[in-house]
Amino acid sequence: MPEVLKAPLVVEFPFTRSLGPVQSAFLTGLRERVVLGVRTTDGRTLVPPVEYDPVTAEEIRDLVEVAPTGTVTTWAWNHEPRRGQPLDTPFAWVLVRLDGADTALLHALDAPGPDAVRTGMRVRVRWAPERSGAITDIACFEPYDGGPGEPTGHDGRFENPVTGIVAAARLDYVYSPGRAQTAYIENLSERRTVGERCPSCHKVYVPPRGACPTCGLATSEQVEVGPRGTVTTYCIVNIKAKNLDIEVPYVYAHIALDGAGLALHGRIGGIPYDEVRMGLRVEPVWAEGGRHPDHYRPTGEPDADYETYKEML
Amino acid sequence: MRPTRDIAVVAFGQTDHRRTSDEHSEVEMLLPVLHDVLDRTGLRTADIGFTCSGSSDYLAGRAFSFTMALDGVGAWPPISESHVEMDGAWALYEAWTKLLTGDADTALVYAYGKSSPGSVRDVLTRQLDPYYVAPLWPDSVALAALQAQALIDAGETDEPALAGVAARSRADARTNAHAQLRGPVPQGDYLVRPLRTGDCPPIGDGAAAVILAAGERARDLCERPAWIRGIDHRVEAHSLGVRDLTDSPSTRLAAERAGAFERPVDTAELHAPFTSQEVVLRKALRLGDSVCVNPSGGPLAANPVMAAGLIRIGEAAARVHRGESDRALAHATSGPCLQQNLVAVLEGDVR
Repeated sequence: MPEVLKAPLVVEFPFTRSLGPVQSAFLTGLRERVVLGVRTTDGRTLVPPVEYDPVTAEEIRDLVEVAPTGTVTTWAWNHEPRRGQPLDTPFAWVLVRLDGADTALLHALDAPGPDAVRTGMRVRVRWAPERSGAITDIACFEPYDGGPGEPTGHDGRFENPVTGIVAAARLDYVYSPGRAQTAYIENLSERRTVGERCPSCHKVYVPPRGACPTCGLATSEQVEVGPRGTVTTYCIVNIKAKNLDIEVPYVYAHIALDGAGLALHGRIGGIPYDEVRMGLRVEPVWAEGGRHPDHYRPTGEPDADYETYKEML
Repeated sequence: MRPTRDIAVVAFGQTDHRRTSDEHSEVEMLLPVLHDVLDRTGLRTADIGFTCSGSSDYLAGRAFSFTMALDGVGAWPPISESHVEMDGAWALYEAWTKLLTGDADTALVYAYGKSSPGSVRDVLTRQLDPYYVAPLWPDSVALAALQAQALIDAGETDEPALAGVAARSRADARTNAHAQLRGPVPQGDYLVRPLRTGDCPPIGDGAAAVILAAGERARDLCERPAWIRGIDHRVEAHSLGVRDLTDSPSTRLAAERAGAFERPVDTAELHAPFTSQEVVLRKALRLGDSVCVNPSGGPLAANPVMAAGLIRIGEAAARVHRGESDRALAHATSGPCLQQNLVAVLEGDVR
């Protein structure tokens, strides 16, 4: 069996998230170097603030400023920072209860080493030089010897409040398609289309995924299909996709290759788009150096009889 | 409250859990396990009344990845099927409620996770609060380490005691042919202090499946069914700074609602991926030294994300099947620092 294929797969997603009144005030406050909490009806102050009381689920809006200084309630030494974390030198993760707050905020503490950190130590906010209204406006915490810092006396109302954040993320994978699809792709590079036959219903699946979805059985017997096939159904695409080098309109079709038990997808070329029809006989056209058919074109044979492909629509 | 129908786990199967499984797609990894549980009961896919699965697109890095895995089930003629983007233990909960309604008498529950394509520490950051926490990228080990330090500060454990949890788990895993880490494993260096490599679960790929059956069907399919006497799940505030990290009130409440405290259990399979979390769970569940905890080795021996919780229920049930337990507790967790917890109580018939 050939070695399974692997390829890097990067997933990036910049979610745009809107903020409610409480989160908006908190993040706008950070932009202005003001730390706001929210007061619950029983008098506790939550920092970071939330819109609903975590105990009673009551809606809470009563913003109150707390100090930019506080006490570490627990910590963990991170000697090997990872991508995206607040500091790129070793640091401590900390939960910090700010002076005036009853709950703790998660962030990073810049300290020379684990021996310089303990639960109960005093810390203060180190502001990021450039702030936009995000949790990262707090660059990190730093050790601090004094008592509670001075609140600014802010009432929590800002001009130009931040109303949304962009939560950008990137995750890196090394994707492997597994045994069956590796074999399919390897065969394609030799311009052969090879599916797998179900041991029970004898359908040939192409592309194969290693299982017959009808019978729930593993497939392994490899069967070459095509190269010719029949258009079973199709649609006419009128919208040009970004970076796609194909003129619209074009036809995207399901093609049942001869010997296959179900249809695969492909583009139809070499014929005007409005002359494509169900039953049209087609064959693959391989681009120079391409690892899969670029498109399928008519073979010139008579159309296939509906009865021969009606199970594969 | 007593369930209105007796429902039991009648079969359990799992893969060998491994660091990587490049040669297999998800469905290729899953198929042998599905056939294992079907063979144990003599059922065919067409006989199954309800199918439910648990997995996560973030592990696969692809949208709707579970639909591909569904090929392993045989979804033609059409079946009654559902999926949870959670550990398979929650899929089992859904299947249990489905059986309680009387709409089905049997259910197939499966779960799988391939952590090897990505970096699971980074992937799990995406389940955190997106406004205040996720932008800082605190990884799963870091968050567990904060909890471990809180326990040490509270005097509830120390590093040697945590090392003891790790050693016991992996020693017990020697009898578990499916486990990824077995026998003596060095505690290693700090990953995020105070947690060392040995305090953390192995990263790996794997799958598991169980079959549930109601009433007499269960007795037909299994010599000694593991009856689900109660099952419940509870969640805590998502903000870590609001919670007391040294305790797990949600686990305690779920256990109480599942009837765990009505009589002693002899076995507990705990979904505690980090040694420090076993300390929290033992306290929340009031488990004394007489209870056999994680005889399978637990998640410290094999932790396929999204399947590890279902495996706890399966391992507990398998001990009942084999007559090694009469009343077992199974626990599953999800989210950072034991945020969400599920507890099931399983019993065998009186012998």
